[in-house]
Amino acid sequence: MTRVYVSGVGLTKVGRHFDKGLIDLAAEAAFKAIDEAGVEPEALVVGNMMSSSLQHQDNLGAYIANSIGLRGIPAFKVEAACGSGGAAVHAAFNMIKSGVYNAVLVVGVEKMTDHPTAVVTEALAQAADAEYELFYGASFTGLNALMMRYYMEKYQVSRREMSYWPVMMHKNAVANPYAQIRREIKLEDVEKSQVVADPIRLLDSSPIGDGAAAVLLVSENIVSKLAEKPIVEVAGSAMATDTVELSNRESLDAMPAAAQAAKKAYKMAGVEPRDIDVIEIHDAFTINAIVLLEELGFAPRGQAAKQLAEGRFAPGDKPTANPSGGLKARGHPVGATGVYQVAEVVMQLRGDFPGVKVDKAEIGLTSNIGGDGSSLIVHVLKRV
Amino acid sequence: MARDSGIVSWGAYVPRYRLKAEEIVNLWGWDSNIPKNLNVAEKAVENVDEDSITMGFEAAYNAILRANINPKRIGAVFFGTESKPYAVKPSATVIAEALGVTPATMASDLEFACRAASEGLRSALALVESKYIEYGLVIGSDTAQANPGDVLEYTASSGAVAFIVGPSKEAAAILEGVYTYVTDTPDFWRRGLSPYPKHGEAFTGEPAYFSHIEGAVRGLMESLGLKPDDFDYAVFHQPNGTFPLRVGRRLGFPKEKILPGLVTPLIGNTYNASALIGFARVLEQARPGQRILVAPFGSGAGSDAYSFVVTDRVNGLRGKAPRVDDYINAKKYVSYAVHAKMRGLYRRIAN
Amino acid sequence: MRLSPAQIWRTRIPRYRLIGKECKKCGRRHYPPRPACPYCGSRELIEVELPRTGVIESFTVIYTVMEGFKDRAPLIIATVKLDDGTRVVAPITDAEPEDVRTGMRVEAVLRRIRDDGSYGLIGYGTVFRPTILVHKTS
Ligand SMILES: CC(C)(COP(=O)(O)OP(=O)(O)OC[C@H]1O[C@@H](n2cnc3c(N)ncnc32)[C@H](O)[C@@H]1OP(=O)(O)O)[C@@H](O)C(=O)NCCC(=O)NCCS
Ligand SMILES: [Zn+2]
Repeated sequence: MTRVYVSGVGLTKVGRHFDKGLIDLAAEAAFKAIDEAGVEPEALVVGNMMSSSLQHQDNLGAYIANSIGLRGIPAFKVEAACGSGGAAVHAAFNMIKSGVYNAVLVVGVEKMTDHPTAVVTEALAQAADAEYELFYGASFTGLNALMMRYYMEKYQVSRREMSYWPVMMHKNAVANPYAQIRREIKLEDVEKSQVVADPIRLLDSSPIGDGAAAVLLVSENIVSKLAEKPIVEVAGSAMATDTVELSNRESLDAMPAAAQAAKKAYKMAGVEPRDIDVIEIHDAFTINAIVLLEELGFAPRGQAAKQLAEGRFAPGDKPTANPSGGLKARGHPVGATGVYQVAEVVMQLRGDFPGVKVDKAEIGLTSNIGGDGSSLIVHVLKRV
Repeated sequence: MARDSGIVSWGAYVPRYRLKAEEIVNLWGWDSNIPKNLNVAEKAVENVDEDSITMGFEAAYNAILRANINPKRIGAVFFGTESKPYAVKPSATVIAEALGVTPATMASDLEFACRAASEGLRSALALVESKYIEYGLVIGSDTAQANPGDVLEYTASSGAVAFIVGPSKEAAAILEGVYTYVTDTPDFWRRGLSPYPKHGEAFTGEPAYFSHIEGAVRGLMESLGLKPDDFDYAVFHQPNGTFPLRVGRRLGFPKEKILPGLVTPLIGNTYNASALIGFARVLEQARPGQRILVAPFGSGAGSDAYSFVVTDRVNGLRGKAPRVDDYINAKKYVSYAVHAKMRGLYRRIAN
Repeated sequence: MRLSPAQIWRTRIPRYRLIGKECKKCGRRHYPPRPACPYCGSRELIEVELPRTGVIESFTVIYTVMEGFKDRAPLIIATVKLDDGTRVVAPITDAEPEDVRTGMRVEAVLRRIRDDGSYGLIGYGTVFRPTILVHKTS
């Protein structure tokens, strides 16, 4: 089976791009990735969650492929709520592994600012169970808040300990030109910020924003023909799922699908958590990051927030968590996020990430969540 | 000369929220003596997620809980209301489904202003006596409307009551007789597309409330050969806190026999549940052998007068479900502004 | 959210009556009902009417409500552990945010959940409220 390499990446700045639609955003990221790779994609996989509910646009594969100069190629959309981007990379990875395709472009794109917050909040809640959660008004932030309170009460974690994560994210994002929010905040700012869904506050949540990210995955066949060889390999790509409805989960303080996906990805890549230099993990809400750090094997259960308060995972530490600023501050154009993460880690391993750099990073990991822990995608990337 | 039907069980529901009469006085610029004259200090109002169906469900749920019967044995669900959530589409089927009574049952919504549930009660008793059904479920439930600024606002309140009707050998109160008295009297009405009822003010009293209740009660006593002294309790429809006392006086019932079933001063007039919640409250304190007069009234106009005799089954039933007073006492005051939001009185537009 | 007559009808029994399923293989119950056991995958399931009382396991108070819920803000949503251990996600009604606690006893009530405008359907469902009344069930 061929190895899979990343031959090009492209990002747009995350933000309120009132002047750009789905196609404009997708094109900007895709053109950068194609141009950087110097490879013509054979197929396109689009990662997107809400084009149907917010733009009334389906058929996104053909729509984007044939709008960005890739007329005729096979193209389709992959949807796994906020995990759509990661799932799209996973699908493209397997397409290449299968030997059928040699160069697959993945574009994650989301256009969230066409509507007011209440409408976007309803659309996002479609990640949850429509008949038994969304119907009752349980917003996505609300469902994550249920997990946050449960976790804090179970492990006696204080509000203060939870606040270190967003502070670190905002700090990391300052240097990232692609980030939506580039402003440092203090612990007190988090604790004084408006309550969105108690105990989740504004500064525990990712903002609403538009963005697109692209990565071009290629097989060994393509690499052998390139003058300038890509230096980052997708060494592990795995996905696992859990019930969409929170009610049928084993426990509210865990995301077992993350551990399952990570276990597979680690095995595929032949690495262990302690080998990893840089991670980009899904922190749509502070609690997501905390639980992921534990599920991925970077902190013991109940300890991640406490370790963060002691300075763990900051730039200079191993692993460095979310040097991009994460979903919290880089932003979270939902269906694009998983692709942003992969592109950012690729740049870290290549040494050309234009923000906080992780020196001599050899191995990186991304983890993207769809739903409140129901779709989990983990990628391990290696410098070759 | 007891008949072969009666009340097997009862259940009530009063929403948690209360609006003080003084809020209405202040908002609409009324004379501050009005609440005292009406003998209504506050009224029960529904939460934003409540309507006559949800309230009726809870009252019926309590009645079934208290009766401890299999809901499938209920053969008729009659829902009396003048605040139907759907103008066309039965409320009774929602409740019957939620209780597990469906599908082999009669079910319908009845309309006769505040007397619809009472008509349902009469019919259900008759269906039981004729052995058409084993048990009947009768529900009275209203989120009563009043034009903001209308004096009706002091009293129009929200609440529900339900009865399981069955054979007399299972009854906590056996039916002794019933007498109905109706005429075409336009004292209070609401046209199809109107959000609020209109009424004849003073005309709602003498020719409507008083003459119909008196007609029914006198007819009942005459047919059964009973005098006011033979009754231990008298429960009348209670559009405010004073009419029931006055009609009682005119019929010869002393205040002490009326007060136990007089709930309007505490929660307002719950329309289809008005006299019937009073009846439920009386069942929660009456002793076996006591006789209860129940006389609901509905505008338009009509009244049914019932005589029930309490059996010793009543003692075992009281603690089996929340009592009327449990609901009356569990209360939380809201401002008029919050009540208006809960009721959807603000005109909002969608995003 | 547009309410579909067929969908309202299909979901009415589990929504009104808290009908879940019990697995004949592993014995665990779940809600909402699924075609296979979420815990062991078995398809041998029986319908069960779940208990209508339980305790709050976790809760949130949502201030940024979704479209259609402004009149209920702040909206309290909880995970309730029913007395048989089954978990349900549902709104908490008739309660002030400051009074809600984890571990609080709650009971199921039928409430109005959504209106499809003034002319469309009304969706009913089960929500929970603090057990304020003394229930003696037997
Ligand atoms: C938290 C949230 C409700 C805030 O929305 P809002 O109240 O409508 O906020 P606005 O867009 O009006 O922004 C108000 C201000 O706060 C800032 N802001 C908004 N969200 C922010 C956030 N999450 N973090 C920091 N600042 C934020 C804005 O930049 C704006 O400041 P400005 O006026 O200087 O530009 C919304 O961002 C949200 O729902 N986020 C979660 C998204 C989500 O669920 N994603 C999927 C999860 S997988
Ligand atoms: Zn099982």
